[in-house]
Amino acid sequence: MEITSRSLWTLIHGMGFGALYLLACSGALVELYRRYCTHNPALPSERDERFLRVYLVCMAALAWLAVLTGAYIIYPWYRAVPPPGTAILAAFPQRLLMVSPTTSGWHSIGMEWKEHVAWIAPISITMAAAVALQYGRDLKNHPQLRAAVLAFVWTSLLAAGVAGFFGAMINKNAPVEGGPVIHIVQGESK
Amino acid sequence: MSAPNASTSVSSAVRPNGAGAAAILAAGIGAFFVAIFAILADQSAAIKSAMIFFKPTGPLSGVTTCAIVLWLAAWAILHARWRNRSVALARVNAVAFVLLIVGLLLTFPPIADLF
Repeated sequence: MEITSRSLWTLIHGMGFGALYLLACSGALVELYRRYCTHNPALPSERDERFLRVYLVCMAALAWLAVLTGAYIIYPWYRAVPPPGTAILAAFPQRLLMVSPTTSGWHSIGMEWKEHVAWIAPISITMAAAVALQYGRDLKNHPQLRAAVLAFVWTSLLAAGVAGFFGAMINKNAPVEGGPVIHIVQGESK
Repeated sequence: MSAPNASTSVSSAVRPNGAGAAAILAAGIGAFFVAIFAILADQSAAIKSAMIFFKPTGPLSGVTTCAIVLWLAAWAILHARWRNRSVALARVNAVAFVLLIVGLLLTFPPIADLF
């Protein structure tokens, strides 16, 4: 069982940072709703509030790691230009997608959307984390601030979901492969 | 046993909403300009070339870097102006959310290609 270094980076980007961010988004939405949108007059405890702050800061870190690894590590491999006359395009995913009308949309719509919309997620969640850090338990007294934070977290979930969906589908149709091979475990031979 | 930190009443000293409003509006501006810079780079060969800050990533590096710089600059300016004030948050939220949604829609290639 082995994996190429490029596949490993794609996994770290998509599963490690992206998917974890999507999971964390649902948790944040539930927590924000439970804490501030229900008819609960009590302020959250200091410990609960600290947890939410740390949670949102971790989400912001995940979102930034996802877009930065995507744009600066994986995307250059994806958009690499093959030398003239190259017949086998497996190492050039963008070109591989573009040669067939049945797959070109994954690049011209999927990647073109994903590469930009994904950045809305870290911007939105950084704002949410900053507001939580600045206001803490006082957020209970600012219903409009809470509404904005919730709306931006929802939108970041949508943006990250679009990016995640297209990332998975693009990698299914034209996987980013290559680089040194990492041997994970020796399988049994029959 | 009681939870010592869990207050049951709402604090009387309410912070002005300006700092939060600055963060919200700046996030809307940042999201909007991700799309604007992407469209500009797509429409103009000169801008596309100028947006190549890191060659392996291509124009995406400049598009996103410019949007992030603009977002952080807007945030810093708005924060400096509003941090000790309370502002009309409903209006700020509306503008920020419109910018966010328009930014989101403008990143969708079939819509971006209309320009």
